Amino acid sequence: MNTPDSRADLVAAEDVLLFVNAAITATGQREFRSSAVGQQLSLDFLHTYVRVNYRRVYAASLALDINHHNAALIVRRLLETADEASPEERRTEGRLIAARLAALPPQRVYRLFGELRRAKVNNRRTRAIMRGWLAARPDLGHDAVKYRAGVKTVARHIHLPCPEGAEPIAEIGAFLFRPGKLPRYEHPLLDAWRRAHYEQGAVAELPFTVAEGFAAKHGMKREVFLKRAAPRMTRLERLRTQEQRTVGDRRPDVDLTVMPLTRLALYVLSLGFEERSERRAELTGALRAAARRAAGAHAGSWGRVHAVLDDSFSSSGSGQKRRRPLAVALACHHLLEVLAAPGAYRGLWISGAGDALLVRPWGPTPLGMRILDALEPGADGAAPDRLVIVSDGWDNAPAGLAGEVLRVWRRRLDPARRTAVVHVNPVYDAQGFDVRRLAAGVATAGIRDAEDLPALVEIARFAEGRTGPAELYTYLDRQVARFTGEGAAS
Amino acid sequence: MNRLELTGLTAGPAQVWGGVRLVPLLREVPVEGLRLHREVYEGLGAGIVELGPRERYLSYIPHGLVADWSGEEDGRGPEAGRQSAAYGTQFGSGDKPRAIPLPPVPHHRMAKRRPGDRLRFLPLHLALEGYLALHFGGPSTAWEEWSRTALRDGLSPRAEDAYLGLSVRGLADALRIFEIHPGQCGVMVYVSDALAAAFVVPHPDDYRLLHASLVEDLYGELVHQYALYGAPVAETPVRIGGAEHIRDLGELRAAARAQERAWAQAHDTLFAGELLDTSYAFDRVYRMKSFTLWRFLPPFVRDSGGQHIGETITDHKGQVAYLKTFRLSDAQIRRGHLLRTVAGAGWELDRAAAALGSSREELVRRMRAAGFSALLKSSL
Repeated sequence: MNTPDSRADLVAAEDVLLFVNAAITATGQREFRSSAVGQQLSLDFLHTYVRVNYRRVYAASLALDINHHNAALIVRRLLETADEASPEERRTEGRLIAARLAALPPQRVYRLFGELRRAKVNNRRTRAIMRGWLAARPDLGHDAVKYRAGVKTVARHIHLPCPEGAEPIAEIGAFLFRPGKLPRYEHPLLDAWRRAHYEQGAVAELPFTVAEGFAAKHGMKREVFLKRAAPRMTRLERLRTQEQRTVGDRRPDVDLTVMPLTRLALYVLSLGFEERSERRAELTGALRAAARRAAGAHAGSWGRVHAVLDDSFSSSGSGQKRRRPLAVALACHHLLEVLAAPGAYRGLWISGAGDALLVRPWGPTPLGMRILDALEPGADGAAPDRLVIVSDGWDNAPAGLAGEVLRVWRRRLDPARRTAVVHVNPVYDAQGFDVRRLAAGVATAGIRDAEDLPALVEIARFAEGRTGPAELYTYLDRQVARFTGEGAAS
Repeated sequence: MNRLELTGLTAGPAQVWGGVRLVPLLREVPVEGLRLHREVYEGLGAGIVELGPRERYLSYIPHGLVADWSGEEDGRGPEAGRQSAAYGTQFGSGDKPRAIPLPPVPHHRMAKRRPGDRLRFLPLHLALEGYLALHFGGPSTAWEEWSRTALRDGLSPRAEDAYLGLSVRGLADALRIFEIHPGQCGVMVYVSDALAAAFVVPHPDDYRLLHASLVEDLYGELVHQYALYGAPVAETPVRIGGAEHIRDLGELRAAARAQERAWAQAHDTLFAGELLDTSYAFDRVYRMKSFTLWRFLPPFVRDSGGQHIGETITDHKGQVAYLKTFRLSDAQIRRGHLLRTVAGAGWELDRAAAALGSSREELVRRMRAAGFSALLKSSL
């Protein structure tokens, strides 16, 4: 196209941002205001729309920090419709897919492969991708025990040869397809699985999820089992079972500081108020440490930051995403504290709560008034450099005041854009095919994990409409190059 | 006393979901000395109420309310343990029973004194009974036009339709996602911007517990139809006008505050006007020290917007501490109007026709059309 900013280009750029926002936030699960089916239908349409119209961008979004659900969905759609792509596109897509699969958790990948099998996608390219991914697994024996059905499906789908004598693949083949034939296995996990059927001692050697089934079969006491299985748990399993493993006052020493920030915030919010205030030092310390780690090189670089954080009732999420929006807000609170210059951060909760550790999802959303509070000059008398709003965008006390305040303020009081306003939204709005916006002039970005905040703010820049589509595509190309380059290096 | 006095309650910003608009009513200070608790009954809402020695009726009774004016903290007196089930106990297993067994113990009376300073009453039953029992006795003078059934049994059997809140489309969702304000003591439910129900309680804590019970209440057929056929209502977001005169943050804040006040005013005059400006006929049900439980009937004037029946508890100054209303449909208003007029004319058809400004034949036609043909002799 000759004119760089033609209308079609602008529409395309808008669609791309819309899709990126959706791919970051939507997980096809129930939200506070919409059902799971509504979310899935909406997301399904969006995927089809973007894949058909902007296939290059569709593939390129694998390089962004989109969530696992959407990454798996994109990979599946790309492989299902490989015939629509040119050979060169296919090469790029292949690289992106391989890099993304390497970054996905294995259970997601096995589920994706299962879906591909059910969709009868079995061409040479797909098989090669699967084989490549399987070859890169550090220990296939472990996978065969933990994701038994998944590995079996894949092995069947790609006709994985398990020739006699080629250890350990031959053994795994026997384990999957002829169980009970071999008297013992060389691989310790496979053998533990065999012994766990009759020997309680072998149960603790297995991965936790598998061991749980055997523990139930043997009728092992839960406390005893958890204590024994603790060393083999993953990081998140350890966090999840922490409360069950508490004996009296003695809490198992889980190192909270190594947990990812948003997970940690979710864990903190799952505790009762009394426990939170009892363990205040430990929890706050862990949150701060996680935030410092997430901020990395960005720490202290954002100047004066004011934030409006949503803790209204709608931030309780749904039964499937319990307190997720509130956890994102809590994580953002700690992250922004680190990102801001020392002492130049002010976080305002919508309910007026002063203590970040004791927040609860409660009450209406008078977003407009809190934004006014946040726009007030800070302690040193200067206006904030950045205003960050973490909210689901449903401003209801009264509706639409936030947008009006931001509009009037931008037009009348800050036309020079001294303060950058960014709205991050953790909830995908199924009806609008996007995250809900506050006002036309305010950049809105979807957010899934608070850790991605610095990257998201970069994307949100494009949504403000002051940078053209050309920059957006350059940004995407850069991300793709970085992502595939990294994937090749590792 | 002929009006509802909602002083002390201010309308908060509305929350809209589909065709349902919920307007919270906020109190600065809770009403002193009265609390409401909820009693959940077994049997999926089927219940029997014993009115007198040989009178009883079968009805939908999901829960009862217990008014507590003893002033004890949280309604838990030392001697009288609170008689209520935990929320949700009525929902048994997921499968639908083929027949609902009736609970063995009927409720005695609609409003029943409980040990201590407590009164159990069945919400909306008082109000609906007031409407259904309107001139229920039938003709007071045996004019020849009235049938033998009418003279013997009065209006019995008298039936009206009502719909469960769950079957009002969008209401359950709107209530679920509604964000309760701090200090909220009531709500006005609008369906397609027609006032469907008003609900007020004395204390914010009571409201939090009773909020979900709105979905188990009864709603008029008009509300049900509006919800089914009506389009989503506009959210009417606020607009800050005169932006060019705003020069600093303080002025912007003042403009935002003005929007909030404007809404509260607009709501009371524009939206809730039909409820607050009507004069009602109040009928005292029970007196509890400084509080009184009433039921009320509207004037049954035709062509004057919505009309509501309901029940209320007022304090000694006449201010509303508890309120629950039910919107009548046009047909129901018409029936009430006809009965009022005919009874006012001493059940004499010619006088009633004159009062209505129409002919005797027209009146007979109207009575038959309103569903009262059993009252009139077939030869007419």
